Amino acid sequence: MKFTSVFDIIGPVMIGPSSSHTAGAARIGRVARDLFGKKPTWAKIHLYGSFAETYKGHGTDVAIVGGLLDFDTFDERIKTSFEHAKNAGLEFEIIPEEANKEHPNTARIVMGDDTTEMSVEGISIGGGKIEISEVNGFKLRLTGGLPTILVVHDDRAGCIANVANSLAMHHVNIGHMEVSRIERGQTALMVIEVDQNIDDRILHQISLIPNITKVSKINN
Amino acid sequence: MDVLFHNVRELVELAEKENKLISDIMIEQEMNMTGRTREEIFTQMDKNLVVMEEAVERGLNGVQSVSGLTGGDAVLLQKYIQSGKSLSGDLLLDAVSKAVATNEVNAAMGTICATPTAGSAGVVPGTLFAVKNKLNPTREQMINFLFTSGAFGFVVANNAFISGAAGGCQAEVGSAAAMAAAAIVEMAGGTPAQCSEAFAITLKNMLGLVCDPVAGLVEVPCVKRNAMGAANAMVAADMALAGVTSRIPCDEVIGAMFRIGQSMHPSLKETARGGLAATPTGKALAAKIFGSAVKVD
Repeated sequence: MKFTSVFDIIGPVMIGPSSSHTAGAARIGRVARDLFGKKPTWAKIHLYGSFAETYKGHGTDVAIVGGLLDFDTFDERIKTSFEHAKNAGLEFEIIPEEANKEHPNTARIVMGDDTTEMSVEGISIGGGKIEISEVNGFKLRLTGGLPTILVVHDDRAGCIANVANSLAMHHVNIGHMEVSRIERGQTALMVIEVDQNIDDRILHQISLIPNITKVSKINN
Repeated sequence: MDVLFHNVRELVELAEKENKLISDIMIEQEMNMTGRTREEIFTQMDKNLVVMEEAVERGLNGVQSVSGLTGGDAVLLQKYIQSGKSLSGDLLLDAVSKAVATNEVNAAMGTICATPTAGSAGVVPGTLFAVKNKLNPTREQMINFLFTSGAFGFVVANNAFISGAAGGCQAEVGSAAAMAAAAIVEMAGGTPAQCSEAFAITLKNMLGLVCDPVAGLVEVPCVKRNAMGAANAMVAADMALAGVTSRIPCDEVIGAMFRIGQSMHPSLKETARGGLAATPTGKALAAKIFGSAVKVD
């Protein structure tokens, strides 16, 4: 079931003109920033399908940049986000792509700062609702409907148990969990949906577990 | 985390069995799914209603979009209503003007509440604030109007689609109009079954509607599609209240909408490559606004 709340239908409150191309785009940008864990200093924003064809008229570009600056869907600053990005030291490039993705409203954001970089692909499925379809090359399906922890780790025995133990110690209940890897024995990704918002202290403790490379979260 | 209804049939049966309104069932499901209290859910919907009220008011005072393609029509319509010359009826035209008002604000990048999307945000509030003057609802009944709309929209979103990019305008303004029709019926004292009849009648008359925004902007023809969506909802609500029923059941109409949307050509699904966007004037407007020709299939 893709839509779970009445407020997916009657909502969100947002700056116009398009729920999928403006509000959804802002949300993709904002979740990407959450996953990156801090303000990126640069971003390459690739747009596909209807996003690529109509982004100018819908303000998809200003909305994604606004999201990267942590603006919500109803934040008036979305309209002038390019200026805010300049002031905040975020350099960005909007790249409309010819290629088609599976979903017509797809954006791929490659972002980083001096030390790290990350790629996040999101789709806007209608009415402002989004899904994250890829992170750093890992296919996944993340709705952001529940608080979620993402753990990038080496594909080694015991990693998953160690992370689950750490959450159990903090009385965090796991609602849904997916593990994927690109190649055996290389890098893997855990996506863990939990029942309550996670504070940074818990994330920090997970990051200290052996073979864990990166931990990020999306709070609801 | 239990879903109480997956389709309109289950929704109506549940309301009838428990002698409740559609809006009651929607609120109960929301409580089930989120664990939030009735008060919290009601308060959040009240905030959405406030945003809708403000958008209608702003639009009735006159707004203009950045492109210059839309704006000011809600004002024209209100003046015309006041002249007393309206042929289709003051209440109907009031709904139309308030739907237009909301969408003109949306096109001007103003603040609106998506219902179910931004491009179709005019229909539900447009009809609500028009029938309000006739039915004199309580604030609670006005909020319930949104829950009833939401219940039907919830079914469409999970069984078909609500975005123009996925299913064309029938999925967007079509769904919004049908949602509004159902909510009008409940507010007017109709039964849950009549709500579903109104929904089916409205959506049947929006089937096949393509999404072909000129220059890719949510303006032409979106604002006027909201106008007609509101008119369609009002008439269908009256038909259902009069006892008219749909020969094709509501859920099957939603199924038809889904299959039509799937077979719709991509040029007609919010890519601004077909339909009105691909007319000579549509292309000329796009070139004027963006300073270069827009590619069209």
